[in-house]
Amino acid sequence: MGFLCNWCSYAGADAAGSARKTYPPNVRVIRVMCSGRVDPEFVIKAFQSGADGVMILGCHPGDCHYKEGNYKALRRFHLLKRMLSQFGIDERRLRLDWVSASEADKFVETINDMVKTVKALGPIKVLPYQAALARETEGVQGGAEVG
Amino acid sequence: MSREALKLAKPKVGFYWCASCGGCEEAVVDLAEDILKVVEAVDFVFWPVALDFKVKDVEALKDGEIAVTFINGGIRTAEQEHIAKLLRKKSGLIVAFGACAHIGGTPGLANFSDRNKIFDYVYLKSPSVDNPAGIVPKEKTVVGQGELRLPRFYNAVYPVDQVVDVDYYLPGCAPPPDLVMKAVEAILSGNLPPRGSILSPDKSLCDTCRRKVTKPEKAVIKEIKRVHQTLLDPERCFLDQGVICLGPATRDGCGERCINANMPCRGCFGPTSRVEDQGAKFLSALASIIDANDEDEIKKVTDSIVDPAGIFYYYSLAASMLGRKVE
Repeated sequence: MGFLCNWCSYAGADAAGSARKTYPPNVRVIRVMCSGRVDPEFVIKAFQSGADGVMILGCHPGDCHYKEGNYKALRRFHLLKRMLSQFGIDERRLRLDWVSASEADKFVETINDMVKTVKALGPIKVLPYQAALARETEGVQGGAEVG
Repeated sequence: MSREALKLAKPKVGFYWCASCGGCEEAVVDLAEDILKVVEAVDFVFWPVALDFKVKDVEALKDGEIAVTFINGGIRTAEQEHIAKLLRKKSGLIVAFGACAHIGGTPGLANFSDRNKIFDYVYLKSPSVDNPAGIVPKEKTVVGQGELRLPRFYNAVYPVDQVVDVDYYLPGCAPPPDLVMKAVEAILSGNLPPRGSILSPDKSLCDTCRRKVTKPEKAVIKEIKRVHQTLLDPERCFLDQGVICLGPATRDGCGERCINANMPCRGCFGPTSRVEDQGAKFLSALASIIDANDEDEIKKVTDSIVDPAGIFYYYSLAASMLGRKVE
């Protein structure tokens, strides 16, 4: 899942497309107005809905259309990565990178690299509570018999 | 729903506890003299903490015969799931009473672990444990006198509404007496809000907090401090002091008991209706007011939070979007 900022990274992806550059089809792009608009809830929802990796691509620091949205994204990113690893989600599954409108090559490289990383990590599955609850009644509780 | 059961001269009421501490039962006693009004108006048919009724007494009731049952605590064992389902069948209304029934509460934090890890630590590894024979609880144990059984301990805690349908929620750890009394009055008078309502105002705690005037509008936090590491100003917004306070991501209605005792909010009322994941939302709010744009500086501040998930989901982990540790 890729959240791309409207002003830089989405344009960068567009540039990659116009130049007929190829990159793996594994990324599903969602255009957002700013990387600072990417609520941590969106990222968690993506993992919950079956994404194995989430990328947030925004303008380079100092270049944000809204002045400091990308800094907000950067702060959230560092905290969210730590929090996700507490949930057992490898922090490499979340990536924040800066891709400007002219960086078609960087866009392609970033996608390539992310797809490689996520493929190496393998899929994750977030169980909905109904499935987790159904599992509770399977099998027998461990432990030795008391004589 | 059996509204008929409410129209009786003395409607039948149940009160049950699952994975909880007993504080919610205390909250009922906290009604003080108002409890006499309640006792006068209703007929308790099941309340294991206070009255000697058995499960078979509940089984003997007709379906829907209990007008309302208040359940506190989340679902952690097979027995709790069984009784919650039994009470659902026998009750017109089910009210999830307190933070644990509503969103899992602090027992839900153990969803970062699982049954084996919990048993391993609690019965074997904890420094205060003396258990040379390595005995851990089991569902079945054969002793000289026969077979003993314990209900299965689940891998995770489930808020009550993940196991049975819940009609109303009374949030809080524990729910404050004024909200409890208002809810009881609403139920007795039949003047009920739409089914599924949380019986507390739907705005954030900051909205009514008396420290609101000092709440930071822009980035101010240069350092995160824990409550024991600083002298807390009794008037200033906790976030402005660099102390984590879950007020921005928490529902109002508690009467600010913690804030008034000069302690920051830990989120026991859960989120407002517009928020699905209290922890993620708070993370978002907190990161926005960290005063650093340089990556190393940002890391220094965020790394100083000892246990981000533990504090952001203090009460709401079991009801969060991920709910438990991802395998």
